[in-house]
Amino acid sequence: MSKLLVTTSVNGDAEQFLCDPGATLLEALREELSLTGSKEGCGSGDCGACTVVLDGEMVCSCLVLAAEVEGRQIATIEGVADGSVLHPVQRKFLEHGALQCGFCTPGFIMASKALLDHNPAPTESEIRYWLAGNLCRCTGYDKIVRAVQDAAAELRQERTAA
Amino acid sequence: MVASLGFHAPGTVDEAIGLLAGDPQARVLAGGTDLIVQMRSGRIAPSAIVDLKRIGGISGVRVEGGRFVIGAATPCTALKDDKALVAAWPGVVEAANLIGSVQVRNRATMAGNLCNASPAADSVPALVAAGATAVIAGPNGRREVPVEAIPAGPGTTSLASGEFVVEIRLPVQTKGGSDAYLRSIPRTEMDIAVVGAGVSLVVGTDGICTAARVAVGAVAPTVLLVAEAGAALVGSAIDDAALDRVAEAVRAACKPIDDKRGTAEYRTAMAGVLAKRTVKIALERARSAS
Repeated sequence: MSKLLVTTSVNGDAEQFLCDPGATLLEALREELSLTGSKEGCGSGDCGACTVVLDGEMVCSCLVLAAEVEGRQIATIEGVADGSVLHPVQRKFLEHGALQCGFCTPGFIMASKALLDHNPAPTESEIRYWLAGNLCRCTGYDKIVRAVQDAAAELRQERTAA
Repeated sequence: MVASLGFHAPGTVDEAIGLLAGDPQARVLAGGTDLIVQMRSGRIAPSAIVDLKRIGGISGVRVEGGRFVIGAATPCTALKDDKALVAAWPGVVEAANLIGSVQVRNRATMAGNLCNASPAADSVPALVAAGATAVIAGPNGRREVPVEAIPAGPGTTSLASGEFVVEIRLPVQTKGGSDAYLRSIPRTEMDIAVVGAGVSLVVGTDGICTAARVAVGAVAPTVLLVAEAGAALVGSAIDDAALDRVAEAVRAACKPIDDKRGTAEYRTAMAGVLAKRTVKIALERARSAS
């Protein structure tokens, strides 16, 4: 089987990798680019643990073929923190204890950040519907929702101050 | 892993037709939210993938001759950004945005929902009720068919070898017309319809219904356009008696199966209930639109 050469942008950096035509973006991120923050939970688009942002919209990277991302822009959990400074969404997940095993957390962070990028002041109901595609089997969802609400409030304050 | 798979990303419809004509086992890829799952589960083993998304004009909503033209690769979430489309066909946009999660809807397309041919596809009853058509491209040129002509049974379509949907067209909305879609699921999100009902109708300034189409999903091998249910509304003021006739016509048309999501009896009863509720929403919208 011949491999495909894909040139893309990941977290603002130009990247090239070789992949099988049937490989998913998730496999390419994890195995070719060693970006193992995105997780495979279900492999069928139900759990959201593999959530990344593709050209500005969040998607399940298990439901994208790696070959499709030629020339496109990908953002993963590895690009969310600014060096060692956590993004407010990440910090609030820690402060609220919105994780236990942590397997679902990269997907939740990516989805929550995508929500706040689209909607700086979501209602609790909007948060819960937006995160319906992310499954957590440890915490229940209340702490996650509170973390997102708190992060939203902090980000709004930052915007007002700026 | 899929063995010896080809991957193509043609830039034109003609190029895609050529690729598909030379390889009958190839499959087209739009959003991939069904195709990739089926490939990975081993349910299908295509020889090649033809990604449609690099074809010019295949993504996005445009207006041609007053009709909405929705490119086959337009993700469901993008439909919400088109204010004119939302105003004219709110039921279609809502139905498409009940599918899966936000992550899934950022990729999934109505053309894919249609061609995956699940009897429970959410966008399909809404499209059928709206009188949508699909433009199909293939080795023998283009043809336009009513959306309901495409699903042939669970997982099978009437598309010939080498054919694929390039766009979905929605008619001009009539003054005093609107639509709605409701589905019944045991959860609040991320589930597959036990029953779905799509309704489009037109009411005159006198409050009398002048046109109506009612379609139901997940109650037969394919979506059902229930002509008798639409006929029960036309000429009425959409009163309780007319709503009861709609429910009766819908129940009579149902041919559901028993499965883990619901019994045939439950589905049939719920189809009537859901059709009535959907008519009421469409009516309210039609009144506020006129």
